[in-house]
Amino acid sequence: MPKKPKLVNKKGIRTDGRKLDEIRPLKLEVGVVHNADGSAYIEQGKNKILAALYGPREVHPRHLALPDRGILRCRYHMAPFSVDERKSPAPSRREVEISKVIREALEPAIFLERFPRTSIDLFIEVLQADGGTRCASITVASLALADAGIPMKDLVVACAAGKADEHLVLDLNDIEDKEGKADVPVAYLPNFDAVALLQMDGQLTIDEFKETIDLALNGCRQIYAVQKESLKAKYLAAKEETEEVEEE
Amino acid sequence: MTSGIISSIRRKQIAQLIASGKRVDGRGPTDYRPIQIETGIIEKAEGSARVRLGKTEVLVGVKIGLGAPFSDRPNDGVLTVNAEFVPLASPEFEAGPPKEEAVELARVVDRGIRESKAIDLEALCIVPGKKVFVVFVDVYILNHDGNLIDASALSALGALVSAKVFKYELKEGEVEMKPGFTELPLKNLPVAVTFADIGGRLVVDPWIDEEKVMDSRLTMSFGKEGKICAIQKGGTGTLTPQQIVEAANMAREKAEELRKFVEKS
Amino acid sequence: MPFLYENRQIVTPGDLLAEGDYLAAENTFRDNEKIYACRLGLVEYRGRKVQVVALNNLYFPAVEDLVIGKVVEVDLHGWNVDINSPYAGNLRASEALSRPFRPQRNELSDFLDVGDVIVAKVIAFDRTRDPSLTTREPELGKITYGQIVRVSPAKIPRVIGRKGSMISMLKNETRCNITVGQNGLISISGRSREDERIAALAIQKIEEEAHTSGLTNRVTEMIRKERSENA
Repeated sequence: MPKKPKLVNKKGIRTDGRKLDEIRPLKLEVGVVHNADGSAYIEQGKNKILAALYGPREVHPRHLALPDRGILRCRYHMAPFSVDERKSPAPSRREVEISKVIREALEPAIFLERFPRTSIDLFIEVLQADGGTRCASITVASLALADAGIPMKDLVVACAAGKADEHLVLDLNDIEDKEGKADVPVAYLPNFDAVALLQMDGQLTIDEFKETIDLALNGCRQIYAVQKESLKAKYLAAKEETEEVEEE
Repeated sequence: MTSGIISSIRRKQIAQLIASGKRVDGRGPTDYRPIQIETGIIEKAEGSARVRLGKTEVLVGVKIGLGAPFSDRPNDGVLTVNAEFVPLASPEFEAGPPKEEAVELARVVDRGIRESKAIDLEALCIVPGKKVFVVFVDVYILNHDGNLIDASALSALGALVSAKVFKYELKEGEVEMKPGFTELPLKNLPVAVTFADIGGRLVVDPWIDEEKVMDSRLTMSFGKEGKICAIQKGGTGTLTPQQIVEAANMAREKAEELRKFVEKS
Repeated sequence: MPFLYENRQIVTPGDLLAEGDYLAAENTFRDNEKIYACRLGLVEYRGRKVQVVALNNLYFPAVEDLVIGKVVEVDLHGWNVDINSPYAGNLRASEALSRPFRPQRNELSDFLDVGDVIVAKVIAFDRTRDPSLTTREPELGKITYGQIVRVSPAKIPRVIGRKGSMISMLKNETRCNITVGQNGLISISGRSREDERIAALAIQKIEEEAHTSGLTNRVTEMIRKERSENA
């Protein structure tokens, strides 16, 4: 019987050196796929995910178009080389479900009524996966939408929290996701205190669940700050440069 | 009217009633529709159950076969859950491979069973790394009148509780059937409770018209000791953290009630 | 003071801009008493109006807009035109040809074919059908030489400049004919490819630095520098 790996050591340090409430190193970049109407890239720990969208544009096939609002179509897909054991490129049931929950998490933030009869086609490609990819995908997809100039109520940000060994931890990596006791991914619109995605697997008492959600929302707020900065980054740099030039 | 589109008159009716805490069929916000459960109806399946939740009808068949374990879990039996939204069950279902709702439903029911460790998968191991029992849970929707998830989870539970595994003997590494059966080794009884959020109000066990007007849907599965083992939020609306915690408390109570009901049957 | 930002600060979707009895103008939305940004851009407070000058947005056709587009389909009645908008433009034969069109005798594709670029005007648009275009006015029609540059529709006002100051400067300095489509597409045709190249470079600079001040001077300098370096 193989022994279960210890996920958190006696000092409260996790397998990748993080504290219980620490998120993984995060990097976000906007406007990376030139052809797309909007795009963004995220690295969160070992996760590397690219999101790009076309639209709003006319819907094909036509019968899917709605007369009073646009639709959002979302495809979450993992590259065959993104995981330890090669994954077949054909869409799996997991990818189908995740595509659905990601779409349902982003829709509440988009003013779809402003462009009836069109669709936004969003493509999320996981280039490397290490746990929490659906949350990272939502975070990066929000930036792609904002990059495209699509009107949004708020940026949607997502983060997972859960239980590893006997501790509640924030932003689970792959091994914590697989071997841990619970995983709760949450997507959030911070300015409206609105939860747009909530899932859970594992086992938690209601009190633990309450604490876990709070922890996840905490993580969401930290990531939200990085999202905003990365959106502004391109423009802030140009602004600073030109202000320097004027001072000369 | 056979179209699946909800009439605007009905939409208004539901919205007005819900705002004053009532529902079209007279139920309160925490009331389930009448439930009927029957097990053992498909003799060729190792386990089966049919649940009628109001007019929603779901049949689950459990087939138990032999197979190889997953490479990362060589000592565990295999559980696989599939759902068919059979075309006859609703004017909106089409023939073809499962669409995203069917995939989601199967995975949510699977999560409830798997995360609560309802089936003792280790006990289903025959030859580690080579041969294990494979439990196929097939959810068959026969009539869609709302809340397919809870009906499916209940039906799956009924089918598993009444399922029989054939007895076997290992002769030179080959599995040989013996006469007689044992019960499927179950360690937990997971139950799913689904709410619809309609205009900020949560109502349990949404009926189909309520589903068509709801902003979002929240499903929570509980195991025997009142621990949550699966959650799935669906729909394109949002919920506040307070609503979620309120729902969790309500759901735990309801899950207990439902579980007692299954145990009695 | 219920203004939560300084004028011309960069804001992102969801940022709370103001609270109270103000007018939620461009690229903002109101939720009860609060006004929020719905696009990335620079917030501007103007009297009672709160608006955001977006850094990127979508082009929604408006009647009388000048647009540049590419023909993507020829059908029985006219052409479908890609006008860099969520909605494809529709150019009916009667709005392009000055003589009557007889389907058996004339081929629409002889006049305008897939891939052709046109300057057109929007004559109708509502939310239930695609925008209608016309090329029957002078200065409209097929573009046969030069090049097309694409910027975010949000930047077009900057390319034109206050009272046309930027666009006049561009035309003078680069000696090019420049037609600016409201939909973000700009047509440049000059006396040499080099002039066109410099004009395109200038427009790119305007797009990247649209949110900064003193731009007109910097662009003028850049053009002159390019010209002398490559003379």
